[in-house]
Amino acid sequence: MKTILRLAICILFINSIYTNCQSKMVLIKGGEYIPLYGRDSMKVSINSFHMDVYPVTNKEYLAFVKKYPKWQRSKAIKLFVDKSYLRAWKSDTLLNSNQKPNSPITNVSWFAAKNYCECQGKRLPTVDEWEYVAMADQKMPDARKLKTYNEFILSWYEKPKTYNQTIGSTFKNYWKVYDLHGLVWEWTSDFNSVLISGESRKDVDTDNDLFCGSAAVNATDLMNYAAFMRYAIRGSLKAKYTMKNLGFRCVKDDK
Amino acid sequence: MKPIKYILCLFTLIMLVSCADKKAKETAKVEYQCPMKCQGEKTFAKAGSCAVCKMDLRLISKPSKKTLSAGFSDESIFNLTSKWNTEEGKEITLKELKGKTLVFVMIYTTCKAACPRLVADMRNIESKIPSELKKDVNYVLVSIDPENDTPNRLKQFAKENYMDGDEWTFLQGSESGVREFANVLAVKYKQISPIDFSHSNIISVFNSQGELVHQQEGLGVDNKETIKKIIETVDN
Repeated sequence: MKTILRLAICILFINSIYTNCQSKMVLIKGGEYIPLYGRDSMKVSINSFHMDVYPVTNKEYLAFVKKYPKWQRSKAIKLFVDKSYLRAWKSDTLLNSNQKPNSPITNVSWFAAKNYCECQGKRLPTVDEWEYVAMADQKMPDARKLKTYNEFILSWYEKPKTYNQTIGSTFKNYWKVYDLHGLVWEWTSDFNSVLISGESRKDVDTDNDLFCGSAAVNATDLMNYAAFMRYAIRGSLKAKYTMKNLGFRCVKDDK
Repeated sequence: MKPIKYILCLFTLIMLVSCADKKAKETAKVEYQCPMKCQGEKTFAKAGSCAVCKMDLRLISKPSKKTLSAGFSDESIFNLTSKWNTEEGKEITLKELKGKTLVFVMIYTTCKAACPRLVADMRNIESKIPSELKKDVNYVLVSIDPENDTPNRLKQFAKENYMDGDEWTFLQGSESGVREFANVLAVKYKQISPIDFSHSNIISVFNSQGELVHQQEGLGVDNKETIKKIIETVDN
């Protein structure tokens, strides 16, 4: 009897280690919605997928660079990261004393984030997927029309240095996902599908609504303003850029 | 345990030796020739001056100038490992384009608005490059619509647009490969309907080592700067 008990405890222990390593994910049930800037401004349909509950942390990323040295600060190649990649770290494999292991990893490029997810057998979410999950508040899957929801997001935009907080410090949303708003901005796989950059003015398919922030402020709801900020940030990024308030999380297709 | 160690050592040694071998072969390819061709097609293994006209011998390309060094730098697009299909149905990685100055543009063949003009810009640039440099430049058109732009479709497009020569390469990638490549070029694109994309219009010039040297943004803009850069890049 005792041996069975020990075995059970052992298995439980191993299991918990395993789930710890493989960061927790939840199922996001697919559906349709109209994003701020979608295809033809029409409904976008999302297939079911699994999403990391939390953004990737310093600790997790540290383990990653130890396993894949080519992503260490001094070894990462310049095509994939800019100069500020992991700038706050003490060394290639050491966090700085003021960095908490459980704070979200930031100062990582799109290439690094993408590679991280792929190494876990996952991928980065698309803009549409990310926005789909992020439009939920604590209780409803689409809270975009709620004043409180938008005020929370906008108040975060004003708060400095939220990237120093630890994961799970903001609200848990309808899908049981934490920290989509309030901690860090997050990379998406197709962030470069947003045509709100300087050069797109010369493009043919310009949408004049994209260029004027004040138009968004005057819009009937705050919802557009909060989302507009995210789309604008994405539009301004290049894939090798790293920022200290830009992290990421991974997703996986539902099989 | 020990024999395994020995075998490992031996193995690494063999790998090292075989690497060194390859390098030696590549340097052997360097050839110099009198720019005036005083002695016809005669080539020399070392730099120097021509015995007839005393002009400095010039490094010549055979078959193309820059197949010399084996490695490439941190900033080279040859670091990308994604796989691509050419219009001839051959599977390649970008590394295989090494050696020539590369001029990249991203298009899709069902495009009615900007792409024909981008393609025209490319042809325009190509026609202004001096003919003696032609074999050192490769014009690469990458499709942002890998689903519809199959190698066959690309081949057909090449023929329709008189771009079927050796200097033109068309590439079909995977969805993520294309996304990644667009990110390297800082090209933005989005599918807005099953057959339509909006995308930025950028022509990018890379040197033979795959490092970015110039980008031209916009449609029908003055090509002069781009052409100048291509010529400079080939000459370097």
